[in-house]
Amino acid sequence: MAKITLSNLRHSYLPNPSGPEDYALKEIDLDWQDGGAYALLGPSGCGKSTLLNIISGLLTPSEGRILFDDRDVTDLPPDQRNIAQVFQFPVIYDTMTVRDNLAFPLRNRGVHEGRIAERVAEIAQMLEVEEMLDIRASHLSPDNKQKISMGRGLVRDDVNVVMFDEPLTVIDPHLKWKLRSKLKELHQRVRATMIYVTHDQTEALTFADQVVVMQDGEIVQIGTPVELFERPQHTFVGHFIGSPGMNVLPAEESDGAVRFQGRQVALEGAVTGQGGTTQIGVRPEFVSLADAGLPARVHKVSDVGRHAVVEAMVGDTAVKAIVEGELPEQGAEIHLAFRPDHTRLYRDGWLSTEART
Amino acid sequence: MKTENQKAWFFVLPVLLLVAFNALVPIMTVVNYSVQETFGNNVFFWQGLDWFEQILRSDRFQAALGRQFLFTFLILIIEIPLGIIIALSMPKKGMWVPVCLVLMALPMLIPWNVVGAMWNIFTLPKIGLLGYFMNDVLGIAYDMTQNPFAAWVTIIVMDVWHWTSLVVLLSYAGLVSIPDAYYQAAKIDGASPWKVFRYIQLPKMKTVLTIAILLRFMDSFNIYTEPFVLTGGGPGNSTTLLSIDLVKIALGQFDLGPAAAMSLIYFAITLLVSWLFYTLMTKDDAQ
Repeated sequence: MAKITLSNLRHSYLPNPSGPEDYALKEIDLDWQDGGAYALLGPSGCGKSTLLNIISGLLTPSEGRILFDDRDVTDLPPDQRNIAQVFQFPVIYDTMTVRDNLAFPLRNRGVHEGRIAERVAEIAQMLEVEEMLDIRASHLSPDNKQKISMGRGLVRDDVNVVMFDEPLTVIDPHLKWKLRSKLKELHQRVRATMIYVTHDQTEALTFADQVVVMQDGEIVQIGTPVELFERPQHTFVGHFIGSPGMNVLPAEESDGAVRFQGRQVALEGAVTGQGGTTQIGVRPEFVSLADAGLPARVHKVSDVGRHAVVEAMVGDTAVKAIVEGELPEQGAEIHLAFRPDHTRLYRDGWLSTEART
Repeated sequence: MKTENQKAWFFVLPVLLLVAFNALVPIMTVVNYSVQETFGNNVFFWQGLDWFEQILRSDRFQAALGRQFLFTFLILIIEIPLGIIIALSMPKKGMWVPVCLVLMALPMLIPWNVVGAMWNIFTLPKIGLLGYFMNDVLGIAYDMTQNPFAAWVTIIVMDVWHWTSLVVLLSYAGLVSIPDAYYQAAKIDGASPWKVFRYIQLPKMKTVLTIAILLRFMDSFNIYTEPFVLTGGGPGNSTTLLSIDLVKIALGQFDLGPAAAMSLIYFAITLLVSWLFYTLMTKDDAQ
């Protein structure tokens, strides 16, 4: 097990990248603490799989270094890094039994048979696949195949990090939940560093202690699920995480006051910086129907079960609010109130208000 | 509840007629000949299974059958591994892929009798490029019209040249369908190139290889045109394969009865071997 440091990492798939737009990864500086459960969250094409393949050694970065416990591994091939990776589609060796599949990485490293049997038994018990050990791996269901490919990673006790590249994509919805909690449980048992790549916020937030949000080859925020929800550092994080995502509203800034549709809006703290495009960010959870405030007209009401999402038009801008209890009619004239401690200003996408102390 | 629709039969009927006229009727004609003797004038005498017995007991048939199995065995043992090796070394992406594929497909596009003629001219001593080169430049005695061994080498090399591409293309199709993740996982698991081949590539190629072996078995077992044009079954009878012998009996000697019995035996052997092989290869998947 090891701490993983990425320093000044940049990667381009082009031989001679000229501008920042040629880079799949722009500039990554990141420490993964030993034993942490991380999620790498971002939309498709944001560079998360590239980053993962660089850590595992399947890709060599154009620039920058990767350190495992201060040891430079940038030029080492995957099999010498002691990492494990679980892929989107379960990779199993079809012609082998489950037992041989699990033993495969150890046999390749010349571990003696007694030790192999011991480790395989241990992992099989952990994954609850003991009764399948002697059947051909090709006969397994997709979720069990995925468990076996996970097991092949965990079977090595010297493994530095286990990486998951959207491992639940091909799993049936009702089994996804089971496998996800199994993963969480495994992490608590083996205490290996785990990195989980996904574009599904639920998977990321339930699995990880720390979530790394990426967009366009850049890390936009690293934080606990609560931090990402409560105080997004970037409008992208606010919008990407949450259901529905954060309201991002056009704002005008003048004389130290911030206005939305001509009305002054109270923010969490003092505004920092100046210039650029300004936007107000407030989550639907912190928008409420009030007797006075921003006048709005109800455009759409969708009942999602526990609560309803009310979409109201303030001028020409839609604002979403989460409402419990009595719901307004469509077309009704209402007033909206933003909770000031959760209303923030973003400048060119980045958070631009001071935190409330 | 399952609804039964008898209308389906009408859609199958045209195919049934087609099959009847191009397969069933000719085969039944052969069956008819195989149990009778004729001296012309459309006069037939009932012979029973005599022809079958005669053929199976004849040294001539047994020798031809032996040569046939030897030929098929030799070309399979060369073409299958060679095809796999070529497929493995072909590029997986890039501009060379179409170039390689077209080059591979070329020999298969040449008509069989042209292949035979080409190789005949190519290997003739004195006038053929290869024949001249072997005899007059390298000084190795090579004459496929005189020496049985040279004739065998020539028909085998010709078949390998003509048909290895089929194995290559089928294997290649199997190889490119393997997702990258398998190779990446193998790298992470520390698998050697041999293990990657043994546990990833070979299992993934199994289905197409089964088809490749089956096709090559049937084609080579029934081969006629190329060796006939190249060696005409000689020197002596050394390259007289089953089909060449069959044609000699049927059209050369006009022994219709024995020829018909031999055809049926020939057909039964091809069918039996193909069926056995296919059943064995797909047994695991059925479980």
